[in-house]
Amino acid sequence: MAAGNRPLSPHLQIYRPQITSVLSITHRFTGVALSVGFLLLVYWLVALARGDAAYAAALQLFGAWPVKLVLFLFSLAFFYHFCNGLRHLWWDTGRGFEIPQINASGWAVVIASLVLTVLTWAVLLSGGGA
Amino acid sequence: MSLRTPLGRALGLGAAGKGTEHWWQQRVTAVALALLGPWFVIGLLGLELGDRAALAAWVARPLNAALLGLLVLTAAWHSLLGTRVVVEDYVHGALKVPALVALKFLHAVAAAVGIIAILQLATGGH
Repeated sequence: MAAGNRPLSPHLQIYRPQITSVLSITHRFTGVALSVGFLLLVYWLVALARGDAAYAAALQLFGAWPVKLVLFLFSLAFFYHFCNGLRHLWWDTGRGFEIPQINASGWAVVIASLVLTVLTWAVLLSGGGA
Repeated sequence: MSLRTPLGRALGLGAAGKGTEHWWQQRVTAVALALLGPWFVIGLLGLELGDRAALAAWVARPLNAALLGLLVLTAAWHSLLGTRVVVEDYVHGALKVPALVALKFLHAVAAAVGIIAILQLATGGH
């Protein structure tokens, strides 16, 4: 039987978005984004290793406003993927699967990743931290 | 008519016996990154990001260079595992295998370049 003729189960567009499904696809999306961010980290290391001129060029690139906004989104993606990753590891122990627990841990991840992102940028913008 | 058993026909064709390998590698690299990631972020926040000499000196310290090297390798491996699944889910037909090979090459090159940069900093190349 051709693949195109098979009956399909109800698909994404028929369901109301729920925190479980939205956070799940966000984990995948942020993961892919962080793979791109990883290339940025490598670029930063190379610029650091190549010397003052290369690092100055990197600073100029990262300092531009649109790029800075992208860096902000990368940091949000990092903290989200980090927090939700811990949630996944917790699930791996077989715990936390009751619906109220899933909803609560989901919102905890959202709030924690926002707070960590804001804290990080507060330290960064206040001038390089400790 | 084949006299081979169904198990004999299936062996070597797919994930048989290795189904948990990908899962475990993803978890172990996740735990490593859950430690290395915050270490790196906190380390960076304690430094002046515009000061190349100070950053280079920080990376050049043996423990930092070692952990940063592990971060690059672990992140590359974890990223490869994750993006590979994404490609397997969404890319079909003739593009699938080239996309998977390209993904592997990209991660290998990125990891190698990152490691060389760290080694250069650690050995005081500049």
